[in-house]
Amino acid sequence: MKPFVQKLDELTPEMVALVDRVVEEHQNDPTQLVGILLDIQDGVERHYIPEPVAYYLSQRLSIRVTQIYDVVTFYSMLYDKPRAKYTLEVCNSAPCRVKDSDTLVETLKRLLNLEVGEVTYDGRFCIEKVPCFGACDVSPAVRVNGAVYGHLDSEERVLDMLRQLD
Amino acid sequence: MGKTVSFISRNFGRYNPASLASYEYIGGFTALRKALGMDGLEIAKVLSDNGVQGRGGAAYDMGRKWSQARAVEAPHKCVVCNADEGEPGTFKDRELIRNDPFQLLEGMIIAGWSVGADNGYIYMRGEYSHLRPLLLSAIRQCEEKGYLGDNILGSGFSYRIHLYSGAGAYVCGEGSALCESLEGHSGRPRMKPPFIKQCGAFHLPTCVNNVESLSLVPPLLLDTQGFYKSQGTPDCPGTKMISVCGNVKNPGVFEVPFGITIREIIYDLAGGIEDGHQLQLVQLGGASGRLASPAQLDTPYTYKDMKAADLTAIGSGAILVVDERTSIIGFLRITQQFFFHESCGQCTPCREGNLHIRMLLDKVAAGTHTEQDIRLMEKYARIMSTASMCGLGETAQSALLSAMKRFPEVFAIKKEVAVR
Ligand SMILES: Cc1cc2nc3c(=O)[nH]c(=O)nc-3n(C[C@H](O)[C@H](O)[C@H](O)COP(=O)(O)O)c2cc1C
Ligand code: SF4
Ligand code: FES
Repeated sequence: MKPFVQKLDELTPEMVALVDRVVEEHQNDPTQLVGILLDIQDGVERHYIPEPVAYYLSQRLSIRVTQIYDVVTFYSMLYDKPRAKYTLEVCNSAPCRVKDSDTLVETLKRLLNLEVGEVTYDGRFCIEKVPCFGACDVSPAVRVNGAVYGHLDSEERVLDMLRQLD
Repeated sequence: MGKTVSFISRNFGRYNPASLASYEYIGGFTALRKALGMDGLEIAKVLSDNGVQGRGGAAYDMGRKWSQARAVEAPHKCVVCNADEGEPGTFKDRELIRNDPFQLLEGMIIAGWSVGADNGYIYMRGEYSHLRPLLLSAIRQCEEKGYLGDNILGSGFSYRIHLYSGAGAYVCGEGSALCESLEGHSGRPRMKPPFIKQCGAFHLPTCVNNVESLSLVPPLLLDTQGFYKSQGTPDCPGTKMISVCGNVKNPGVFEVPFGITIREIIYDLAGGIEDGHQLQLVQLGGASGRLASPAQLDTPYTYKDMKAADLTAIGSGAILVVDERTSIIGFLRITQQFFFHESCGQCTPCREGNLHIRMLLDKVAAGTHTEQDIRLMEKYARIMSTASMCGLGETAQSALLSAMKRFPEVFAIKKEVAVR
């Protein structure tokens, strides 16, 4: 009988290569777990930690898989479920809200025909509300895969931003 | 008195942040050379003499922190640079890292020398991942040139700097939660004591400082003319990096002398309120800061005056300006939602308090609240500020409590509901 380890059967060679590369870049150091998970997430198309990857990583770093899930579920930038290829993160902290990020959310919802938290059928776009990401001087702003697009206060600018993603 | 100064930010735009050689060209690492010829306590004394207080929010006397850290007897110690910058509306550390990464590293090396540490950790928030390559390359260049590693500049002092990432948890800015996160765990604050200065990251004595605090050290050590002390007020000398945002024409990061008034910051530096609108309130120090009413604009920006005016004493250096388009209750609900989301849920006052105050605020917004609801809200807020386990729960309700004091009219009971 193969207990938990059967998750590893679903592991693809690409996943192994990705985990190996990222772990290598962090000097095989298990204390860098948060940074390792972020980098792995960056390398996965839908930007999340697939279950087989979590199990493989736990073997690779000799830590328990429960520790990995403790971390993944605690930090709001880590996800255990698939997101979109381009997740549009709109800041909903006070400095952006007073600069009318609500209108930005409405514009995005209308242009993409999408509700907050939903993913488009092709897995490309998703809108999420997140806390401050330190772009308060260019608000209202959107953060997509680490890049910040600021001053999105008109529909043309939002469209411009969306075109740049394609 | 000039409106802005250039001391901590003196190198902005003067060198190429990607190149150590260009930092050396403008005189980089002379402070480190000087520091290596000084005793650690002497360096801490320079900080105390200049009245430097930590810039992360808690405003702890920095010289005292360093001399205490030095006094701890242990074979290994570490220095942590807190680059979590989670307070909404704060982005000064981002500018310091982006424009002047080497000054930060130099400050960290001096910190390590002064307190007797052998490792330094930069804990940078995940949202700043775009700055990671810059910092990593800066660290590598310093290693190659012998500013980091074994036997730095032939002094016999060995020290390394490591870069760690956060991943979107505000609470990880709290010292002990930061240490948990550095160890690869979820960032829940620890029970204190032991304090992190005795047992912090990796169970070592740990000295945590903010990015700005550390960046201030190199210019201060070289400041033999007393420029820093000549700035600000006699009570509160020096300069401070602030980030101004919200409904102003010209948001951004400024370095100001202490003692400038909030009015000068908003109208002279940030260009004033956006056209056709009036200032309604100012929140100082991020989401955990108190609200100031327009009547308080002439308060000088110093620790003492702000405290006397019942405002957050500097805090993270964030100044959020809000005009009449946002309702005060609406603003409080946004702040409340933030803390509800960021509470780690470990202790009851903070976890339940944030939830219940959020529900009560929803009632106030709908106008269906009673006198009892208001009293309950205030009671929960007071319990949270005294019984929470970490600073998050302790300060989560400062905006609400100060709003109750300064804008009582928005909590007024709607007649038709009250008679029921
Ligand atoms: C909930 C919470 C969040 C905090 N976030 C930060 C932060 O993002 N950056 C920071 O420098 N300090 C933060 N602090 C303050 C730190 O705990 C600590 O006081 C500070 O880093 C010490 O450095 P300093 O003495 O140089 O200010 C936070 C504190 C609490 C309670
Ligand atoms: S006060 Fe809040 S954030 Fe701090 S330990 Fe308690 S629940 Fe966690
Ligand atoms: S408040 Fe929106 S990015 Fe800081």
